[in-house]
Amino acid sequence: MTTPPGPQASATPLEKPVPHLGRLDAVGYLICLSGIVRRELLRFFNQKERFFSALVRPLVWLFIFAAGFRNTLGVSIEPPYQTYVLYEVYVVPGLAVMIQLFNGMQSSLSMVYDREVGSMKVLLTSPYPRWLLLLAKLVAGVTVSVVQAYAFLAIAYFWELDIPAIGYLAALPAFVAAGLMLGAIGLLLSSMVKQLENFASVMNFVIFPMFFASSALYPLWRIRESSETLYAICMANPFTHAVQLVRFALYGQFDPLACAVVVGTTLVVFTLAVIAYDPGRGIMARRGGPAGEAP
Amino acid sequence: MSDAPALAVAGVTHRFGSRAALSDVSLEVGRGRFVALLGPNGAGKTTLFSVITRLYTHQDGRVAIFGHGLDREPSRALARMGVVFQARTLDTDLTVEQNLFYHASLHGIARRVAGARIAVLLDRVGLADRRADKIRTLSGGQSRRIEIARSLIHEPRLLLLDEPTVGLDLESRADIVAIVRALVREEGLSVLWATHIFEEIEGDDDAVVLHKGRIVARGTAGSIARPGETLEAAFRRLVADPARQAA
Repeated sequence: MTTPPGPQASATPLEKPVPHLGRLDAVGYLICLSGIVRRELLRFFNQKERFFSALVRPLVWLFIFAAGFRNTLGVSIEPPYQTYVLYEVYVVPGLAVMIQLFNGMQSSLSMVYDREVGSMKVLLTSPYPRWLLLLAKLVAGVTVSVVQAYAFLAIAYFWELDIPAIGYLAALPAFVAAGLMLGAIGLLLSSMVKQLENFASVMNFVIFPMFFASSALYPLWRIRESSETLYAICMANPFTHAVQLVRFALYGQFDPLACAVVVGTTLVVFTLAVIAYDPGRGIMARRGGPAGEAP
Repeated sequence: MSDAPALAVAGVTHRFGSRAALSDVSLEVGRGRFVALLGPNGAGKTTLFSVITRLYTHQDGRVAIFGHGLDREPSRALARMGVVFQARTLDTDLTVEQNLFYHASLHGIARRVAGARIAVLLDRVGLADRRADKIRTLSGGQSRRIEIARSLIHEPRLLLLDEPTVGLDLESRADIVAIVRALVREEGLSVLWATHIFEEIEGDDDAVVLHKGRIVARGTAGSIARPGETLEAAFRRLVADPARQAA
């Protein structure tokens, strides 16, 4: 039916041009960004148990697993360590980044939840570009994950880790970079996971392989001794590089390869996430919108 | 541009795979008009809302808000539009005020400005005393009123509401309708109101009937019905399935 539209404009006096209260300039961008971060933090503080459960997981590894394997898994001298280190000392950076890995997936889960309950629609009808909205979500998640990682380090401090004071400071940008990468991976996953129930597969196919096929729990030379292929897989795993970046930073050193892989992966994955959330091109469009309401 | 209608949808087609959810849909919401979008379930109303709010991009045709094309100027278009979605979209763990501040920030409104605006809007929807309460403590009707307040925070001149009264009791429904009618009457707001509750439509409202993704009738609500026919009867006639009628 191509008849011209019927409803006619009324003579109601209105101001011209049509104004709106918000601002679409750089200040508006910052207001939008900080508003999204603030909301995520509010939600986070409303779920205190989430904060503690995120800490319990790595502490159990440290208390029990690492203590149990202390004598079996001796770690020889390799950078950034300058002496033999206890197994507990070795696993701490990996466990800290594990917190960030889980946090990235948790953020992804909350994106899927937002989509199911409809609040994603509210976010996406903001007049700001999608990349800014997704970046704000990412920044919010990273803020939370960095706080969690430092809370873990504060408790782990009592394990005689011998991390120099400067290391705690130097690790901050490394934690931010690692958090951004893992958060970006979470964002991309959230665009692919259709329903909340499918999230168990994310645990099986993303979190566990990423964590175990990395240098988080054991040095890669040990992996190499048993399988060259597995070693290649571990080296290709961006999580390995996130762990190494943090590990080196904690001892005041810089690993350029790890940094390049982490930054590069973040850029590529975040770009893919922005495309996936694009209303015209991405997975959203094919699926029928953020709530998947295509009949 | 200053004379452009609040909303102009021209020749919009949207497909999911091979199935067309919207076929060559054209409609207009004039400035200061209340336009009812009628259609049975599955007619394509929510798809049309999703296209107008740019949740996904239409494949053919054009959508413009006060002359700002959604394809070329999405930010300007979205900044002038307020939306109340069919599903409840408030964060139930946060307070009324926190939800509203969040929405204000999504439109780049500074907290100081937003605070004053929130006070005015909560007063308008009669919930000024619930500002610090969590959403989960509100009734369905109250939540809806908060969603209307939220949709108005950035002072949009076009308001889209997708079946806003579904699931509400009679009194809450009447409240919602009264609030939106007052906005049209007193502030010249333009409204697109999707519904299948005919009591919410007045004779001189503009109405558009959507059926199976196509527009099958348009005009004032009074003119769509034949003499002696109610709007509801006219609607049933327009969306009747000929095959089922023959059987």
